[in-house]
Amino acid sequence: MLIYTLKRLGLALIVMVTVSLISFMLLRVSGDPAISLAGEGASNEEIEFVREQYGFDRPLIIQYFEWAGRAIHGDFGNSPYLNQPVAQMLRERMGVTMTLGICALSFAMILSIPLGMLAAVRPNTWIDRIALSISVMGQAMPSFWFGLILIIFFGVYLRWLPISGSDTWRHFIMPTIALGYYATPAIMRLVRSGMMEVLASDHIRTARAKGLRWPKILFKHTLRNAIIPVVAVAAVQLGFMLGGSIVIESIFALNGLGNLAWVSISRSDLPVVQAIVLLLSTIYIFLTFMADLCNAFLDPRIRSS
Amino acid sequence: MKKQSIQLLSISLFILMCLSCFLHPAFADKKNDTLNIAFSKELETLDRYFNTAREGIVIARHAYDNLLYRDPVTYEYKGLIAKTFKWNSDTEMAINLRQGIKFHNGQELTADDVVYTLNFAANPDNKVKTQRYSSWIDHVEKTGDYGIKIILKKPFPAAFEFLSGANPIYPKDYYSKVGTDGFGVKPIGSGPYKIVEVIPGQKIVMEKNENYFKDSPKGQPNIGKIVWRTLPEINTQMAELMTGSLDWIYLIPPDQAAKLAKIPSLTVTPAETMRIGYIVFDAANRSGKEHGMDNPYVKLEVRQAINHAINRDSIAKNLLGGQSRAVYSACFPSQFGCEQDVKQYEYDPVKAKKLLADAGYPDGFETTLYGYRNRDFAEAMIGDLAAVGIRAKLMIMKYSALREKARAGKAQMQFLTWGSYSINDVSAITSHFFEFEADDLSRDPIVKDLLMEADTSIDMPKRKKLYSDALKRIADQAYWCPMFTYVSNNCYSKDLAFTPYPDAVPRFFQAKWK
Repeated sequence: MLIYTLKRLGLALIVMVTVSLISFMLLRVSGDPAISLAGEGASNEEIEFVREQYGFDRPLIIQYFEWAGRAIHGDFGNSPYLNQPVAQMLRERMGVTMTLGICALSFAMILSIPLGMLAAVRPNTWIDRIALSISVMGQAMPSFWFGLILIIFFGVYLRWLPISGSDTWRHFIMPTIALGYYATPAIMRLVRSGMMEVLASDHIRTARAKGLRWPKILFKHTLRNAIIPVVAVAAVQLGFMLGGSIVIESIFALNGLGNLAWVSISRSDLPVVQAIVLLLSTIYIFLTFMADLCNAFLDPRIRSS
Repeated sequence: MKKQSIQLLSISLFILMCLSCFLHPAFADKKNDTLNIAFSKELETLDRYFNTAREGIVIARHAYDNLLYRDPVTYEYKGLIAKTFKWNSDTEMAINLRQGIKFHNGQELTADDVVYTLNFAANPDNKVKTQRYSSWIDHVEKTGDYGIKIILKKPFPAAFEFLSGANPIYPKDYYSKVGTDGFGVKPIGSGPYKIVEVIPGQKIVMEKNENYFKDSPKGQPNIGKIVWRTLPEINTQMAELMTGSLDWIYLIPPDQAAKLAKIPSLTVTPAETMRIGYIVFDAANRSGKEHGMDNPYVKLEVRQAINHAINRDSIAKNLLGGQSRAVYSACFPSQFGCEQDVKQYEYDPVKAKKLLADAGYPDGFETTLYGYRNRDFAEAMIGDLAAVGIRAKLMIMKYSALREKARAGKAQMQFLTWGSYSINDVSAITSHFFEFEADDLSRDPIVKDLLMEADTSIDMPKRKKLYSDALKRIADQAYWCPMFTYVSNNCYSKDLAFTPYPDAVPRFFQAKWK
């Protein structure tokens, strides 16, 4: 287990460095950041001044290592646009994004687990088909479009929910649904297949033969066994959701990391974009790493392979 | 059974409780005397000398006052903080200040504040971001408690425009104490509204300045409170406007604005702005000389052919709508010196084809049209060009990437736009693009000399004539293909009396509830 853990950790670190390097380079080749920061119609002198001030005139590889060296110590530099420490900006906005991510994941679980169970209990029936349709719709619909549909229906027509902002818990309802719905199919299918596999096993047959009540068999003996891989997948889905919040946060004007990433990309605020990419990829890699460990702990075959 | 019933009742009550929380109808804030508005961009700082976005201009007009004020209807310059202003010579201006003007912190505005602010802005060591607004000032001297004189580096006839449109006056003591960082989040001015709350990236709250001086040409503020929110997504802004959570939004695309106009509770006013759209050609042949590219745009006939090929009226009427109109001169019509009597290239594809044939391109040629915004407009241009045989590929890039390519001399034909920073003077556009600076793609010494002489002349008739000659030559040589003016769709509550102006700077201090 220790060797397996060390191997996965090494791989996770390599992925992290690769992500940071590629994102750093891609951002730099997408356009001269000095031109964006200097503003529309700035003279060559003004652009040159900005370039020197922020060190964009030095070789890319030197810029990368300087940035990476500081980033290891939690110093992501200052935002050239807002002139604030990037680390402070991330701290201020992290709460909103984490709240949204966790709410969306909870919503996805609350929706997909019962749907998966229903589909497993009545496989290949109209119940199964409906459950599958509900979840597949979530994956088929682009989240920004679904978000706008929710706004029109619940915000504009019914006027039940606030459309934008993050002042109260009611502001999080629509973004949670828009973001969480997308993750439903993956979890629902896993619950369905896991439940079907466990329901067909000998110990369930024995339990039914003993005359145990159906809810007890379903929740205590079946779901408990089928839910283990779902936990691992859910952790990975949380990583997806933190990344996916970029679009949702800008639609609902939630002042989180996603919204910050969106506006920072548009104004070429490179230190902020880099820090967010690094932070979100680190969280994703960490969650994937934990999921791997979890799976390996539960299934020795993974460790030996 | 009893246990199940209790559980069911508890769940029902919980759902009912949740639903009751949702049932809060949205309403417009006329009754609370609060104007809710939204903009797409977050301001980097509220210090006007360190922000470059249009939103910065809007905030500045409300929270700060300038020495002068330009009437948005007559374009006449009036004293704002200044009581009187006059030229002592070509390079010296004398200004007497009004007495009794108070900053929002109660401190009186005096000559010390004006001298400090303008000297701060003009000093390159302070690295203000808006250097072009103040770089013409050499220094400012105090001549009395309420008197100053501005010494210019060289004659600069657009000085009144810049003193009215830029260069707000700050309280010396406060600014020197808190610096730009402190001022950027907690600013103090002397304008009709005071900023009382700033949540970066989310909102700015302004309250009416009850002590605003009575004879201000800006008038007296009417609405008690303005809540300014940052909402990056236009669709979200529209939804908030429809529910009454917002009272005013702008820069709404024409198709969306048409839908909003059908809602009885809303007013949509499409107002022309100073921004114009144009095509610029590599007439100086940098692409050919420096990169060995085949460049058809060195030929006058090709540039003229494109001017004839583009159906400006159709784009202005069908794609921009509202008050948008075709333009033929390389400037916005209301700007000082913007000569309208220039060669007009009417839409005539037959003439365009003939000109191309005369230039040696009877079958047209392949090219690339670069742009950074309004893909739909650019696609209409591509269609017009195809009709005369020019097979143009459209390349939409990020602004910074396009600017880099263009300044390297690699973009031969670009669809660009320019808003002149809302400055009503030709020097804010024509002089920027035709004086051999980085964005000058024609490099015509005759045009350059005419413009540079005009830029430094304070003899207004002479200045006007020089600009006229330059613009006529630009049109004759078809260095640009000026096309149309832009329109800002202002969408707002029917309860609001609001007037938009061509400089696209909304003036909420003049707005009131009906």
